[in-house]
Amino acid sequence: MWSLIKSMWRVFLHTFRPRETVQYPDERPALAPRWRGRIILSRDPDGEERCVACYLCAAACPVDCIALQATEDAHGRRYPEFFRINFSRCIFCGFCEEACPTYAIQLTPDFEMGEYRRDNMVYEKEDLLISGPGKYPDYNYYRVAGLAIRGKDKGQAEREAPPVDVRGLLP
Amino acid sequence: MSGTVWALLNIVGVLGVALTVASGLIWLERRLLALWQDRYGPNRVGPFGLLQVLADMIKIFTKEDWVPPFADRGVFVLAPAIVVATVLMTFAVVPVAPGIGVVDLNVGLLFFLAMSSLGVYSVILAGWASNNKYALLGGLRASAQMVSYEVFMGLSLMGVVLLAGSFNLREIVQAQRHLWFCVPQILGLVVFLTAGIAETHRLPFDLPEAESELVAGYHSEYSGMKFGMFFVGEYLGVTLISALIVTLFFGGWLGPVLPPVVWFGLKTLAFICFFILLRASLPRLRYDQLMAYGWKAMLPLALANLVVTGAVVLARAG
Repeated sequence: MWSLIKSMWRVFLHTFRPRETVQYPDERPALAPRWRGRIILSRDPDGEERCVACYLCAAACPVDCIALQATEDAHGRRYPEFFRINFSRCIFCGFCEEACPTYAIQLTPDFEMGEYRRDNMVYEKEDLLISGPGKYPDYNYYRVAGLAIRGKDKGQAEREAPPVDVRGLLP
Repeated sequence: MSGTVWALLNIVGVLGVALTVASGLIWLERRLLALWQDRYGPNRVGPFGLLQVLADMIKIFTKEDWVPPFADRGVFVLAPAIVVATVLMTFAVVPVAPGIGVVDLNVGLLFFLAMSSLGVYSVILAGWASNNKYALLGGLRASAQMVSYEVFMGLSLMGVVLLAGSFNLREIVQAQRHLWFCVPQILGLVVFLTAGIAETHRLPFDLPEAESELVAGYHSEYSGMKFGMFFVGEYLGVTLISALIVTLFFGGWLGPVLPPVVWFGLKTLAFICFFILLRASLPRLRYDQLMAYGWKAMLPLALANLVVTGAVVLARAG
């Protein structure tokens, strides 16, 4: 009997406690910078697409919500012909971001993506691509990769020595 | 002529207020439970979310009102009406204030006990007519609960009757002019409170409903406004028991300064909040615990209270 009264009193004291609820539309929740929300495709500092269409994100995705098709431009630079994320399937696990070798695909602190039609949950490349570099402002994949591309020959990348002609070393 | 008009006004007033309070309690309960769980509860529709009740009503009226094909149709439809009807009947004898109240019965208290016993039929019939094992289990529990608590519910009130010397609720209130019966009849109050919680099937005695074990107990198969009737019936019951506790133990409309109706309303509201606090803080008892509690603790307590009160009254009279 005593414990009943005690627990009732304890519950009653909650009258004077502040409430835990965040009144969402009026009161915005504080989202951490690493919040895993809406997925975007970023660009490198030169304004080019970072994505090299390696399919690693699509392979890592546990719910198979990423679809893309690789293609190449005239200079041998790979990019996705289309890049499609079905957000009605996406579970925002962030595996795609972890898998991405070029920091192209990133998750952002935005979760307000409700739609009235399911079709609208399918985002195409133009919906995903942003104009900036996202979380990695200075990273430029082609500046550190040993790949010949327009404006950069082999051996011109950062911390890269010019290639050695192996035949020239012959005795 | 004016007497008839006054009586009609009383009937309509009591009916209207009782039903309004009962539906308002849906909001109050949700807000208070939320308060005690550090949440907000419904606060979107209208000021403080008060219009939530209206929204709920629109929703429940537009829901499909489905009678399962395997149910006993007649009884199934009748059951939810019984609970509301019996509780509303009892409101007739509640003395709100001098001159306000539907009827001044000499056996008001007995009428209340009779009607509350009838109310249990609603639960049992609903459980039976649903033709559903969970509903039937709920109904069974309701009947077992009834035989455990009805006995000491009646006995716990006899102390009050002895002290007041009347079954008339108005006279019982008048008899508390100098001392509220919650002081000499503290045992009776505790026992009646326990019985009242069981009577309204509220937590911690909501065994017939027991949503964690029996889906929704006796009203598992009910939908639409039939379910709404059970719901409103439960809140009407809470209001009624609170009003009766106030009438029998806390001096009814008696109180300084404020007008009698306000005193009655305030005291009743306090007990309604107490009922909600009970729900917020206590877990549901087990079936056998409820029975054992009723027969082994509450009944002897009520009997002892009756005997001692009787002895004191006799000694004083002698």
